[in-house]
Amino acid sequence: MSAHDPVELAAARPDFAAIAEWIAQGASVLDLGCGDGSLLRFLKDTRKVRGYGIEINDANIVACIRNGVNVIQGDMESGLSGFEDNAFDFVLLSQTLQATRHTEPLVQEMLRVGREGIVSFPNFGYWRNRLSVLRGKMPVSKELPYQWYDTPNVHLCTLHDFEDFCRDFDVTVLERRVMTGNGEVNLLPNLLGSTAVYRFQRGI
Amino acid sequence: MTKSVGIAVEQRATFDTPLTLSSGAVLPRYELAYETYGTLNSDKSNAILVCHALSGHHHVAGHYADDPKNIGWWDNMIGPGKPVDTDRFFVIGVNNLGGCNGSTGPSSIAPQTGKPYGSSFPVVTVEDWVESQARLADQLGIKQFAGVIGGSLGGMQAMQWTFSFPERVRHALVIAAAPHLTAENIAFNDVARNAILTDPDFHGGNFYEHGVVPRRGLRLARMLGHITYLSDDAMADKFGRSLRSGKLGYNYDIEFEIESYLRYQGDKFASFFDANTYLLMTKALDYFDPARVYGGDLDKAFSSARADFLVVSFTTDWRFAPERSREIVNALLHNRRNVSYAEITSTHGHDSFLMKHDHYHDVIRTYLNRVAGEVTG
Repeated sequence: MSAHDPVELAAARPDFAAIAEWIAQGASVLDLGCGDGSLLRFLKDTRKVRGYGIEINDANIVACIRNGVNVIQGDMESGLSGFEDNAFDFVLLSQTLQATRHTEPLVQEMLRVGREGIVSFPNFGYWRNRLSVLRGKMPVSKELPYQWYDTPNVHLCTLHDFEDFCRDFDVTVLERRVMTGNGEVNLLPNLLGSTAVYRFQRGI
Repeated sequence: MTKSVGIAVEQRATFDTPLTLSSGAVLPRYELAYETYGTLNSDKSNAILVCHALSGHHHVAGHYADDPKNIGWWDNMIGPGKPVDTDRFFVIGVNNLGGCNGSTGPSSIAPQTGKPYGSSFPVVTVEDWVESQARLADQLGIKQFAGVIGGSLGGMQAMQWTFSFPERVRHALVIAAAPHLTAENIAFNDVARNAILTDPDFHGGNFYEHGVVPRRGLRLARMLGHITYLSDDAMADKFGRSLRSGKLGYNYDIEFEIESYLRYQGDKFASFFDANTYLLMTKALDYFDPARVYGGDLDKAFSSARADFLVVSFTTDWRFAPERSREIVNALLHNRRNVSYAEITSTHGHDSFLMKHDHYHDVIRTYLNRVAGEVTG
């Protein structure tokens, strides 16, 4: 199987599959911090989306082009000013929320240029993370692979934190999926879920 | 990366159908000098047109059998296994109308008079160039280019292709370009033109019949232009405040290395380039403004484009800074065109687009790999 086989990718990245389920066929999508373009490529293959990624890293720009997805080099946090209001059906932030510096203005920008926003992030409230802190150590895991002194993650949060954030800043959560590995978590999600995916819109 | 296309052969195409230019002037007949590399495939779908900048020409890669040191100006980009891979693409370099490297221009003999056109050669625009290049494509039987690529003024031609002939370009690669010149850009061009126009040897553009060339003016124009192609950092790195003799001379001779370099570049350029062509090329730059007819709305200018785009800029380019490329990208986004944009970190200013730079070349190579897959697979 190729590195871009949709079945293989969905298994490796369950958040991709969750995101894809929410996205209508042929939707327009903006992926912030799109990395090597895997998610966009996955959505292009499985949902026929039309979209763009924004990415700052040189090697990732080449990887996106190789993946056959549109990529615009730039810093997503220095503004999405090139994009018009409601230009996209969905604006995505996959496993990047926790690495954003000005998180609140960015989420507002997502909802300016997109009708809906989708974010996925590692749940800091996951029991293994809590246990690690309880033992007196910062967690290092598959979802949080960095050492504390060398991490892009400056704004880690739990499910409760994110939902409080949405309430405080007039963001309406439409749907939530919580998972650990490939399994869906419904019981005690803030404790048992390692990854969360939210779909949201401007407050109504 | 030592492979080359090898020996290049200059070809000429003659066009006898009159060409009406943007100015309203008509060229009854003209020739274009061009070179090709690689092999045109059976359905003629793998052609890439290379558009040149201000002082460029059709000799983009390889060397001449009788002049092995005359290597094409974009040889680091174009050749077997290179980013513009001549093993996969049929690559065409063309000298623009009004040029001085073989295509009909001010220094060519006008058939009506038997003398060089000189001041009677009409001003041509980017639109006119694209029109003339399309006729060359017709002669070669190419209905649609896999790609049109160019840097600077060449990038403007790549853009114009997508407006003038939307169905004839699959991909436009627009490098170190801008959607139009700023007042500052035009000001630099005007100083350069004034250097030529006020040279006593210019003779109103008809210097050929006086047996002279406006060498001083052309030299100054090139020196000024050259400053705008470099970056402050690159100049500081290469020359700094170094003195040729190591000490101050308290006179007006060439003392600093940068003075020596610029004068050398100016002298070299003045020995082979045509002053009228220089004027004409800078005017084409000044006039390029596809948004003008849409009241300045660049989005509308791009609304007819059907190509996919790769836009590339360089961090230290202050002639056409990355922000100018972003204007192009934004207009493409607003029109929902497929576009990718790379901002290359480079110290070499505007000239970066001519330099060998691994990441820059990777971007072009990777993009064109996909294009090759589309047209051959």
